[in-house]
Amino acid sequence: QNKSRPHSRGEYNVYSTFQSHEPEFDYLKSLEIEEKINKIRWLPQQNAAHFLLSTNDKTIKLWKISERDKRAEGYNLKDEDGRLRDPFRITALRVPILKPMDLMVEASPRRIFANAHTYHINSISVNSDHETYLSADDLRINLWHLEITDRSFNIVDIKPANMEELTEVITAAEFHPHHCNVFVYSSSKGTIRLCDMRSSALCDRHSKFFEEPEDPSSRSFFSEIISSISDVKFSHSGRYMMTRDYLSVKVWDLNMENRPVETYQVHEYLRSKLCSLYENDCIFDKFECCWNGSDSAIMTGSYNNFFRMFDRNTRRDITLEASRESSKPRAILKPRKVCTGGKRKKDEISVDSLDFNKKILHTAWHPMENIIAVAATNNLYIFQDKIN
Amino acid sequence: MFVRGLKRKCFDGEEDIEGTLAGIKAIPSYNLQRQSLLDMSLVKLQLCHMLVEPNLCRSVLIANTVRQIQEEMTQDGTWQMINTQSTGQASLDRLVSTDILCRSSREQAEGKHVPGYTTFNKDFEGDQAQDSSETMSTAPSVQVPRNLQSNVWEMENPQENKGNFQKSLDQIFETLENKTPNSVEDLFSEVDNSYYDLDTMLTGMMSNSKMGHCDGLETFSSPTATASNSNCKSDLNELDHIVEILVES
Repeated sequence: QNKSRPHSRGEYNVYSTFQSHEPEFDYLKSLEIEEKINKIRWLPQQNAAHFLLSTNDKTIKLWKISERDKRAEGYNLKDEDGRLRDPFRITALRVPILKPMDLMVEASPRRIFANAHTYHINSISVNSDHETYLSADDLRINLWHLEITDRSFNIVDIKPANMEELTEVITAAEFHPHHCNVFVYSSSKGTIRLCDMRSSALCDRHSKFFEEPEDPSSRSFFSEIISSISDVKFSHSGRYMMTRDYLSVKVWDLNMENRPVETYQVHEYLRSKLCSLYENDCIFDKFECCWNGSDSAIMTGSYNNFFRMFDRNTRRDITLEASRESSKPRAILKPRKVCTGGKRKKDEISVDSLDFNKKILHTAWHPMENIIAVAATNNLYIFQDKIN
Repeated sequence: MFVRGLKRKCFDGEEDIEGTLAGIKAIPSYNLQRQSLLDMSLVKLQLCHMLVEPNLCRSVLIANTVRQIQEEMTQDGTWQMINTQSTGQASLDRLVSTDILCRSSREQAEGKHVPGYTTFNKDFEGDQAQDSSETMSTAPSVQVPRNLQSNVWEMENPQENKGNFQKSLDQIFETLENKTPNSVEDLFSEVDNSYYDLDTMLTGMMSNSKMGHCDGLETFSSPTATASNSNCKSDLNELDHIVEILVES
């Protein structure tokens, strides 16, 4: 679909497909490094081309995506087939003219940032200075310059001297959208640390520490696992940040460290099923979350191809489904409801009927429009606000 | 609902029993639930080691859960009790009898969920404890205060099984740690390369076909056995035996 018509009929075609990473084999450890992409981050656009960073477990790559929709015709030294013309045959000079051609999208790797992570990369975040970015693995965070691939600076290291003492890992990290010296990282114990790179070269000491005190009445053997933060995102304003743990989404005011300002339950009905979810490993699923452009709404995924949206102002929430059966093109999505107990109403789905293989881990909200992208296993859905 | 399709018997009825029996009946079932969670967690940790590097976050969370259970059991005094009871031995035997430990890493790597784990659960199917583990997370009355120090974990305890338990967790973290180049270099610093083909040795070292002996007990008690890739390549058995001797020295 031509991108110069944003309010068109709402049908999308694939723009470009390319292979970012290939599987590799680490001969020293005798282990395979999967080509699976963990994170993608766009760079702010500075010219006609688009740049993005993509990463697998070990290597980050900078890709340039550029369009070509014109080509030059009427060269002097070569003919239309590209063959060189005999110079003696050229009797006149002409200026080549640009003619339109079918759109061609090229993706070319521009930088490869490798060999800086011993553990699996879980986050990348582009800095507001547009020159640097961070990459985080389970135990370390590195700072890179986009132009320099053979060096990175280690800014956080939580690896204990004795690995047997390891009880906490880094789960996500992000730069502040406006302050290029500030970043946060979350942990498997449900804490968030905000660090200022101006204070010291190695940011092992945090400037702020965010943690909500535990509710003793709901404590169980699974409390720590469900408190593990799977995603952290700053609001566009830079005043708030949002964290996703297994059952909820929390909005934090950066000025208040002892508790979040808002908590939204994503699928509280799973709390009584934690043991089964631990058994089938679903409890370790890492859901992402995102803000809309104005920070008035947040969105995150759940199971059974459900995703949830919360309006921060009206406190209303909605559950929608991303599946072929429930989304005909241009049809309005019907709100879904999970029956938590007692009598199941019509159109409600009971907790035991939920498909835990159909999980929506990745969602994205357009920074300016009310258009969302939802990834449901091997399908990508794009939804938008109905146009009156 | 469940990915693995395991059917569970509803155990809720038992807890509604009236009279003084309720208190007495609830506690042993909680212990059994807790024990089965412990067993499940230990198996999960063992199964972490595949051809692809294990997920460190998941391993840490499971290990922390295991520590919590162990701390609580130590405080209860049930830790010593479990060792002598048949259920304690039985759980280890169950681990020994499953074919998970014999499974090749390639089979384990296929699919996100380990198919062999279903086999393990089937062994538990008749066990009451497994059925009631679902209600365990909502049993608030028997919970231990959170501020139990992790010093408990490190305190001296003559119990052999506890020592083995500690060792098994340590082994797991050592294994995770040992997948770094440094320790491999240390390991091979004494080896004369002229005797072995280095590539074969590296492959054999990491795959640790020791697991092919299906001896889960040995894994727990041996200080050298690591639960890494369980490639059951019989042609590397001899090489592994040699490497094992090197590692033990």
